Amino acid sequence: MTSQVSSTAEGAAPADPPAKEVRRLDRVIIRFAGDSGDGMQLTGDRFTSETASFGNDLSTLPNFPAEIRAPAGTLPGVSSFQLHFADHDILTPGDAPNVLVAMNPAALKANIADVPHGAEIIVNTDEFTKRPMAKVGYDASPLEDGSLDAYNVHPVPLTTLTIEALKDYGLSRKEAERSKNMFALGLLSWMYHRPTESTEAFLRKKFAKKPQIAEANVAAFRAGWNFGETTEDFAVSYEVAPATSAFPPGTYRNISGNLALSYGLIAASRQADLPLYLGSYPITPASDILHELSKHKNFGVRTFQAEDEIAGIGAALGAAFGGALAVTTTSGPGVALKSEAIGLAVSLELPLLIVDIQRGGPSTGLPTKTEQADLLQAMYGRNGEAPVPIVAPRTPADCFDAAIDAARIALIYRTPVFLLSDGYLANGSEPWRVPDTDELPDLRVQFASGPNHELADGTEVFWPYKRDPHTLARPWAVPGTPGLEHRIGGIEKQDGTGNISYDPANHDFMVRTRQAKVDGIAVPDVEVDDPSGEARTLVLGWGSTYGPVTAAVRRVRAEGERVAQAHLRHLNPFPGNLGEVLARYDKVVVPEMNLGQLATLLRARYLTDIRSYTQVSGMPFKAEQLATVLKEAIHHG
Amino acid sequence: MAETTGSMIEALSLVPKAEAVQSMKDFKSDQEVRWCPGCGDYAILAAVQGFMPELGLAKENIVFVSGIGCSSRFPYYMNTYGMHSIHGRAPAIATGLASSRRDLSVWVVTGDGDALSIGGNHLIHALRRNVNLKILLFNNRIYGLTKGQYSPTSEVGKITKSTPMGSLDAPFNPVSLAIGAEASFVARTVDSDRKHLTEVLRQAAAHPGTALVEIYQNCNIFNDGAFEALKDKQRAQEAVIRLEHGQPIRFGAENEKGVVRDRATGDLKVVTVTPENASDVLVHDAHAASPTTAFALSRLADPDTLHHTPIGVLRSVDRPVYDTLMSDQLEAAIEEKGKGDLAALLAGNDTWTVVG
Repeated sequence: MTSQVSSTAEGAAPADPPAKEVRRLDRVIIRFAGDSGDGMQLTGDRFTSETASFGNDLSTLPNFPAEIRAPAGTLPGVSSFQLHFADHDILTPGDAPNVLVAMNPAALKANIADVPHGAEIIVNTDEFTKRPMAKVGYDASPLEDGSLDAYNVHPVPLTTLTIEALKDYGLSRKEAERSKNMFALGLLSWMYHRPTESTEAFLRKKFAKKPQIAEANVAAFRAGWNFGETTEDFAVSYEVAPATSAFPPGTYRNISGNLALSYGLIAASRQADLPLYLGSYPITPASDILHELSKHKNFGVRTFQAEDEIAGIGAALGAAFGGALAVTTTSGPGVALKSEAIGLAVSLELPLLIVDIQRGGPSTGLPTKTEQADLLQAMYGRNGEAPVPIVAPRTPADCFDAAIDAARIALIYRTPVFLLSDGYLANGSEPWRVPDTDELPDLRVQFASGPNHELADGTEVFWPYKRDPHTLARPWAVPGTPGLEHRIGGIEKQDGTGNISYDPANHDFMVRTRQAKVDGIAVPDVEVDDPSGEARTLVLGWGSTYGPVTAAVRRVRAEGERVAQAHLRHLNPFPGNLGEVLARYDKVVVPEMNLGQLATLLRARYLTDIRSYTQVSGMPFKAEQLATVLKEAIHHG
Repeated sequence: MAETTGSMIEALSLVPKAEAVQSMKDFKSDQEVRWCPGCGDYAILAAVQGFMPELGLAKENIVFVSGIGCSSRFPYYMNTYGMHSIHGRAPAIATGLASSRRDLSVWVVTGDGDALSIGGNHLIHALRRNVNLKILLFNNRIYGLTKGQYSPTSEVGKITKSTPMGSLDAPFNPVSLAIGAEASFVARTVDSDRKHLTEVLRQAAAHPGTALVEIYQNCNIFNDGAFEALKDKQRAQEAVIRLEHGQPIRFGAENEKGVVRDRATGDLKVVTVTPENASDVLVHDAHAASPTTAFALSRLADPDTLHHTPIGVLRSVDRPVYDTLMSDQLEAAIEEKGKGDLAALLAGNDTWTVVG
């Protein structure tokens, strides 16, 4: 599929017709960049929302520093939001922007390396004065020294124009200046024919308590639009048609990974007919799930902001003992703290979801950047043999289904389950076909209600560790059930009775049984996509690399190459056919945002020669980069 | 000190009642008790098992949660629901259970190492939140299960395996700590005084919110006689200050000692009561809104000799209960927005339709 290559974004020199020219594009990548305080994330979100409601396919990549307000005008303080939208289905936020909006010299400097020659750059000239430029090391103005000659630069005094547009609103200069992001949004909305009603409604709602500010922002937004319409510098506007054929019929909305994951948890709770209980401690980039679930108490959702990570999972485990669908949400450092409690959950064999929104590590690492380096921590990061199933979503919207799948496994098998998302999925967004709630799986469980074992003397008793012969799950007997009073704990238990047992043979049996239970979890076979049926190279991904891997596969196939693709949702246990799939290909490429953790697992398990391709830059792979890797694998070595 | 049944059950109003009259043996599990012979834990276990029938609660709605340590084996011996969890985390686990299941009576059993060292954070936050939990802190001033290291309540200079030249760190006074952590109910009792222990349990059970009961417990293997000053009849008369709400705080062989406020500093002190100063003797008010006097009382005890150790309920005040507030918010949300509609939630406000 060639559509990853822009067809008309750049090219023909603009003529100067009296009426403004409108060109059609099949896709565009825009990056808004500014200071942390410039409201770039909000601007990006609004443009995304306009684009979603217009019906384009889209994918976003917010990128921001960990500091709430890094020093103004500095390179570390630059915050950006990249949006890729198209008239066809797309998979990634795009490799390189066609348009860069730079609100200050730092934003230009931090992003220019990613911008290909010929692209459009809209700069806020008001900020290109001596001090802000000196702060980031510009001796001469890049707007004047010819260094941007290869680009199509639109110098716009965004600040001045915004202040001028708002002069009748009775705002201080500082207050008025704050709306310059809305001016920029208005201008871009004009350039790309975005619908504007939703943004105006949004602003009026957001500033409902400050109507003066609301109207000022709407005015700045309209002024930006009108500026595009009237000024000669912007001679061309662009249309990107809705991606009608890319989407199956249905109702769509735009959704981020953390939001989809939150909704998945609420949906799982409803489908299981169990109250949802979240025990959590704030941590980037997982906190949004705590925030979101806290809004939905009318669904019977209890959210408990604990004193620390351990108490977060502790409370969740207590709620699980009481019969709730229990969840704890965190990121890598939090998982480290929760390890002992996860081990307890393994021993207690209670359902529990551990949501890890992975970020750059080790230690505090890169809190706002993405990584996939917690796979081995999820797999092995506990004392003793403590197997935990692992489920990983592949796209932001897929976080919804993955959450439901993780809940299914936890509830059926009475086990803690890892849901491994990451910062890229958490904050990125894409269109999502809103599911019909009647189509959601039935997750209801049977609590134990009576004795399940007969002693030699005929007495009926309840044995908390007498297992279901098929799933090896133990009964879930919740407090309040008469006659089933029992005690469970982290000390090794006797098979069946659950009483404390230090018997060597029993321990060996219990360790192997817990492992067998997880190994026996029913997961679907991994599907291989190989249109030619003749590929000798397989690319295997997991988690959020799905987008860039699939985009890369499309590129190389468009060039006539043969490559097979498979993607893992279940990392523990692996799909039953995975060994056979790996054996089918001469070469298996595994791209990961770590130093080869899945590759390590695959080599150990299947004795297969894996070509591990890794990146730990805190940023997702680019499609072009992976396409090159695939071509190399196909043709060399 | 006899306001039992009826009103006491207010704290447990959502917990189903037992259908039949219960006896102590209903609360004994079939597990063999494995504490060292002579351990103070036996007496506490017997007192708790003996007291439970009085509550008249369906025993399937009672849960004991513990951490790690000798005392934390307690749940195995109670024929209720129970969880023997991990070191220090019982208050957190119990918080999740109690806040999601208000129909349960949830008890935490912990020790001085479990509650005050590794689990100190969870303890203070449970107290601050006022979750409906009854925390029984067995304080033997030593680490028993790991064979005799000093604990966070050991007296300074304690010679143990890990401190052959004497421990260096000052101990916690658990009652002072709890009062400082905004506890709404704080009491202290002694393992060997079954009657006093039972009465304190009674008041703790009746308290809505987190109740912390420190129980001085003898470890006859690693710290034998740690509380002898409070147990020996003769010595106890001088050492123990028995607190009763509404009564003057007096003690001594002849009841000759009393607690008065030092006019110069505002602090409390022990004096010999005379006809002149008898009217100055402080009347214990466990329900005082301010924790100041309760805290001052807790500081009368000498951490080394245990002289002037107050026992009984130091503080018992009504404060909003976390789990009740949490449920109230759920109800308020339903009242305000209606019961959650999943389809509407998933669709949100900003959708578009693709037709085939």
